[in-house]
Amino acid sequence: MVFLIRVQLREDYSNLIFYLSPLVAVALTLFFGSFIFLILDLSPIESFKIFFISPISNSYGISELFVKATPLAIIALGLSYCFKNNIYNIGAEGQLTMGAIFGGGIGLLFNDSTSVFLLPLMILFGAIGGAFWATIPAILKTKFNTNEILTSLMLTYVALFILDYFVVGPWKDPAGYGLPKSMPFPDAGRLPVLFDGLRVHIGVYFAIIICFITYIVYNKTLFGFKLKVSGLSSKASQYAGFKYKNLIFYTFIISGACAGLAGLFEVSGPIGLLYRDISPNYGFTAIIVAFLGRLNPFGIILSSLLIALTYLGAEDAQLFLKIPSAVGFVFQGLVLFFLLGTDFLNKYRVFIK
Amino acid sequence: MQSIVEFKNIFKSYPGVIANDDVSFNIKEQSIHAILGENGAGKSTLVKILYGHVKPDSGEILINSDLAIINSPSTAKNLGINMVFQHFSLFESLTVAENLILGMNENISLTKLKDKSKTICDKYGFNLNLNSPISSLSVGQRQSVEIVRSLLNNPKILIMDEPTSVLTPDEISKLFKIIKNLVKDGLTVIFISHKLEEIINLSDYVTIMRNGKVVSTISTQNEDPETLGYKMLGYKVSKAKQVRDINFSKDIFNIKNLSTQSKDPFTINLNTIDLNLKKGQIFGIAGVAGNGQKELMEILLNENDYEFSGDIIFKDLNINNLSTFQRKSLSISYVTEERLGHSAVPEMSLSENIFLSMNHKSEFKKGDFINFEKINSYASDVIKNFNVDTPSYNVKAGKLSGGNLQKFIIGREIMSNPELLILSQPTWGIDAGSEAFIKKTIVELSQKGVSIIIISHDLDELLEVCHQISVLYEGSLSNPLNVEDINITKLGKYMGGLFD
Repeated sequence: MVFLIRVQLREDYSNLIFYLSPLVAVALTLFFGSFIFLILDLSPIESFKIFFISPISNSYGISELFVKATPLAIIALGLSYCFKNNIYNIGAEGQLTMGAIFGGGIGLLFNDSTSVFLLPLMILFGAIGGAFWATIPAILKTKFNTNEILTSLMLTYVALFILDYFVVGPWKDPAGYGLPKSMPFPDAGRLPVLFDGLRVHIGVYFAIIICFITYIVYNKTLFGFKLKVSGLSSKASQYAGFKYKNLIFYTFIISGACAGLAGLFEVSGPIGLLYRDISPNYGFTAIIVAFLGRLNPFGIILSSLLIALTYLGAEDAQLFLKIPSAVGFVFQGLVLFFLLGTDFLNKYRVFIK
Repeated sequence: MQSIVEFKNIFKSYPGVIANDDVSFNIKEQSIHAILGENGAGKSTLVKILYGHVKPDSGEILINSDLAIINSPSTAKNLGINMVFQHFSLFESLTVAENLILGMNENISLTKLKDKSKTICDKYGFNLNLNSPISSLSVGQRQSVEIVRSLLNNPKILIMDEPTSVLTPDEISKLFKIIKNLVKDGLTVIFISHKLEEIINLSDYVTIMRNGKVVSTISTQNEDPETLGYKMLGYKVSKAKQVRDINFSKDIFNIKNLSTQSKDPFTINLNTIDLNLKKGQIFGIAGVAGNGQKELMEILLNENDYEFSGDIIFKDLNINNLSTFQRKSLSISYVTEERLGHSAVPEMSLSENIFLSMNHKSEFKKGDFINFEKINSYASDVIKNFNVDTPSYNVKAGKLSGGNLQKFIIGREIMSNPELLILSQPTWGIDAGSEAFIKKTIVELSQKGVSIIIISHDLDELLEVCHQISVLYEGSLSNPLNVEDINITKLGKYMGGLFD
């Protein structure tokens, strides 16, 4: 008797479970995550307290939560356009970097400006920079049928090296003791904070506005309809007369612009200048945020807050539990793993025959 | 004659559907026994149970009055049961003989097998060259390979699942002759079909199934297609009445010298196709599947910028380079062969599926926004006017039965008042009630002045509704034949590639 594991498509897979599975994934992550703490000889309950509760037990912590969640949400909202269209842009980190270079470049170029137009110009160029970087994989895909997963990912490293070149080369701060960083941006080029003494900035408003716009686009417009159709069936999309190549361009440009915007917000907000490590992998983590939020704009806002918490928790865990902050990435990975697992089991029946 | 197979209270259910409900009947030795029923009546499930492919929930099968436990196709073969499937399982790049030896259970040398196969071919008149690769064979010849492969196992019982659906009329009559000779030599043939005339011509007995149940098992001697059809459906279906003695005058659509030169070995190249369609005319394109229908439809729809030479002219306008969207805007409508995933998206609601095909219409848009109110009311009208059985337009398209969805799709196109409607396999795989409704609707539409092209393998359907029929064979289109003076023999020859 041979035992074979069989996988069968469920004909009646549940929509409700589709929206509940992020919660299941989070629960499973906490359950299996507790073993990590047990192996490290730490009490899981105490550790979770430090990881998930103490970081947001004061106003500073809550502000930091939004500081982290803002770029994640903005990037993930942009990425949802691509993913809905079955385009796998995983180069948001590079697009973020290019947005920071373009927008930040404007801030450095006019470094003695006091004009109120400086910041809007930087924001505009941030978006343009990200969009520009995203059109490269779009062109490669539509003209040469290259795989956008590879090209967008590889371009990320190109962008990082370009930033490296600028901060050790032409844009290095002459008064910076030789450190690889630029001059600080002028005050007119800094993103206003919402509350004095806290770092949370007006990027939050942008995230909320983009969320609402995205909701309207997805549910009320022809463009959103095109994305939905081509994501579900490319043949039906052709039947409807939609031009798939155009959709590839539009979705790449939108997601690139969002990532660029997030990059500019990081450098002109919390950081205030350009240097090597402007992003703790926001561009990659946003992929998890987008899927955890089920590509739904409001879901993405919620999941961005949750994932932002893993960043803060990891910092606190390093401080108080003396464990590496990489544990935060482990949790992000676990969430994605369990999410994909629950999605698979919701869609397919697995049995042994 | 005694019974060779006895089905006793066979019961098989799948989630949400009972495929076989208390099925009991006997099959007499050395007879041709047809199983008749609509799609989904449970015919295929039943023979798959007999062939060991599907396990019944309960019930027994007796072979020669002995209880048989058939767990797998190999057990079935040991009991002398063989099956020829509707879809062939042959290796394209191997020769006929190589394919035959792959199906053998016993060890046999290739020369011995060739001798044995040759004897079978000569005896029953299979026209096969054992050394040609499968890829060079016609569909009918491929089927012959499948049958010879089964016969090599010395079967007692041969099951054939819809064997005629891929054959030309000529090939069908050859096949029937072979089957009758096989039965004379002692074989029992179980023949699955939904074509009434075939069953009456070929089989001795017929078991009629409806919704998983056996309606009755009768001799075909005193039946005609009408009485048999009534027993199959439980209600009468009236044929569409097309008016044929009309002098059509106004040109609507012309294809001139259409050819393709694709290097893709898996596509059929079209060869100087000419077609002229008048206002109010229904033009049928007949032919066995795989003779260029898919390629022709792709060019008509222009989904993939298919390269071709020649001209496509709609109302004096050359539409060669117009996109799908632009062609639709000119009031040309399409219904593709595939319903789910092509002319409809199963995961989307009926309303959204309206907009899928009607997004070129300004009345459904407010700038870049979608006017859902208008779409919903259009969807309601389609559902009402075309008898679509569904509780609401919010239901996902994938939840509808094939017939209901097809009525919805065709209704969606018709309600947009097209001047030219192009349909591919409009009644393929749907229930007889919906089929009759669609045919009637198409005929009425032509009488209102709409021009229609139907690409179909189903000759009966084309003969019922069309004014003119051409046959597509290996990328070439025959001269048109007027349906009122059509001759089936001639049509059969055309389908085998022998044009005037």
